[in-house]
Amino acid sequence: MNREEIFEKLTSIFRDVFDDDTIEIAEDTTAADIEDWDSLTHIMLLSAVEDGFGIRFDMKAVQGLKDVGAMADLIAGQPAR
Amino acid sequence: MHTDLQYPFDPQLLLRKRKSIKRELLSTPNLMDKHIAILGGSTTHDIRDMLELFLLDQGIRPVFFESEYAQYWQDAMFDNPELAALKPDVIFIHTSNRNITSWPELDDTPEEVNAMLGQTLAHFTAMWDKLRETYHCPIIQNNFEYPFYRLLGNQDAVNIHGRVNFVTRLNMKFYGYAQAHEGFFINDINYLSADYGLGKWSDPFYWHMYKYCCCMDAVPYLAFSVSNIIKSLFGKNKKAFALDLDNTLWGGVVGDDGVENLAIGPETSMGQVYTEFQQYLKAHKKLGVLLNVVSKNEHENALAGLNHPDSVLKPDDFISIKADWEPKSLNLTRMAQELSLLPESFVFVDDNPAERAIIRQQVPGVPAPEIGQVEHYIGVIDRSGFFEATNLSNDDLKRNEMYRENAKRAELQAGFADYEDYLLSLKMTAAIKPFEGIYMSRIAQLTNKSNQFNLTTRRYTQEEIEAAAADPGTVTLYGKLEDCFGDNGVVSVVIAEEKGDALDIILWLMSCRVLKRDMESAMMDELAQRALDRGFTKLIGHYYPTAKNGMVKEFYALQGFTKVEEDGQGSTRWELDLSGGYEKKQHVIQVQSES
Repeated sequence: MNREEIFEKLTSIFRDVFDDDTIEIAEDTTAADIEDWDSLTHIMLLSAVEDGFGIRFDMKAVQGLKDVGAMADLIAGQPAR
Repeated sequence: MHTDLQYPFDPQLLLRKRKSIKRELLSTPNLMDKHIAILGGSTTHDIRDMLELFLLDQGIRPVFFESEYAQYWQDAMFDNPELAALKPDVIFIHTSNRNITSWPELDDTPEEVNAMLGQTLAHFTAMWDKLRETYHCPIIQNNFEYPFYRLLGNQDAVNIHGRVNFVTRLNMKFYGYAQAHEGFFINDINYLSADYGLGKWSDPFYWHMYKYCCCMDAVPYLAFSVSNIIKSLFGKNKKAFALDLDNTLWGGVVGDDGVENLAIGPETSMGQVYTEFQQYLKAHKKLGVLLNVVSKNEHENALAGLNHPDSVLKPDDFISIKADWEPKSLNLTRMAQELSLLPESFVFVDDNPAERAIIRQQVPGVPAPEIGQVEHYIGVIDRSGFFEATNLSNDDLKRNEMYRENAKRAELQAGFADYEDYLLSLKMTAAIKPFEGIYMSRIAQLTNKSNQFNLTTRRYTQEEIEAAAADPGTVTLYGKLEDCFGDNGVVSVVIAEEKGDALDIILWLMSCRVLKRDMESAMMDELAQRALDRGFTKLIGHYYPTAKNGMVKEFYALQGFTKVEEDGQGSTRWELDLSGGYEKKQHVIQVQSES
């Protein structure tokens, strides 16, 4: 899966989770850019990303996530579950 | 019913699409509002969201109070004004073994372990007692799941220092409290986590990252379980099965294969699995669940199959057997009418996906679970929680008998030209009295279950029923009807409040199983008599329309009341003047009353 495909899939997951079909995400998108992205929806988001890509994040990796680009890096580096 | 929320559901889909599913469900007509307090010992945000979806799907719109993180005990013990303002209808205490603060150490003496057990229990019982006393509403409490590691290995279950042993003993104490206190229910996360897979359920990632006591994908199962208890408390349980025959109750098609070639009984593996399913269904009779057949078959072939010597279920086990070539949706609707039940009280069980789809489309509200292959029928039906047993009353245990008696009454009626002669031949006797102790649970149950013959559709908890009975300004009456075929139990409930020179009837309901027996007039006679005894000169009645109570729209007119008010929604207000006395209306039931 190349980066473009990862972003395409991430976009659809973000739109589902935040229930907003107009959401666009970029490498530097952070929680500050999306209104409903608080600590509680963050859990839901990570869980949906895990399920969507068939992967599991470990605790250490999740701690360091700073933006959507970092999330995509993590996805790209993950072996499938 | 929303297809995405039927068991077996996809937990990830529900978590992800919660907002859009909620939007769809909110457009359902006739939702009943219920106030639900969630007191959590760990994060509850997603539990609340999932609980909301499952409750909406049952026609219940929850208004929540949610504790701040892990404040369950503080909110219960030290009055929280927000919680008090909510006036909860149900309190759910979401705790887990992460909330057990002291665990046995290997060098503790048995006395020390016992003391620890007592202290942990006291922490909870003090809270339950306080909540019961303050809020008088049902309480749902999680038991404890097993710990995710075992220091002593297998001995952890046996040795008093083992956490598995400690949790097991605590759970037994919780069940003891539940057995001794009405309105207190256990949400069995010990079973749920075992069923889900304890290792996955307790994944420590979710505790350390988000302070969730279980993994995210398990949340919908936990919420579904709680929703089943709540919907049962508010009378939303199913009441009957409508069962297909061929390849559902036995393997093979009786009309094609012949009775002797059906797979049922101990001889083959396939026969055994159908036998186990039939045994599972038969056990429901004692829960008060009615068994019925809806099958595309020649009637005689259907009976021949059920009379197979190895068939656990015999024709006599069913209240109604519809075996013909009519569409099943039509037969199901007719059956509901004949049994005075709503179609959505049925669970439709059929191996054929096409029949299930037609039922879902044609008879909305009837679940037609995706039961899969025969070896999975029990698992799917059982986990769907259709018949969640929160207050098993004696009436439940006898319900099948009552419906069979009704069938006999129908036979008798056919022999009488005059309806009153028929009623007299039933030799009916009724007890109509103020609410009393042994019937409180049945009375509360009736207020939550009765939808059709119900003038105001007010729902009461048992605590509220007891409060009404104790209030000197309130007249309460229950009616219990017996006849020559048997005891119908408590079938009618009336609550009226003093309002100046009048008695205002705020609740009037009757079970449909005694329709057209003049029981409603017997109740009115008794109420009017009691009003006169207390010096009232007027009875006031109300009718509030719902989707289901059209049959009693003109009830007060039939009882001689005059309509004095009607609003735009069709709600009406009625009055009966008693200043000139009251003439008894019914003469076919011998009534026994006292104050």
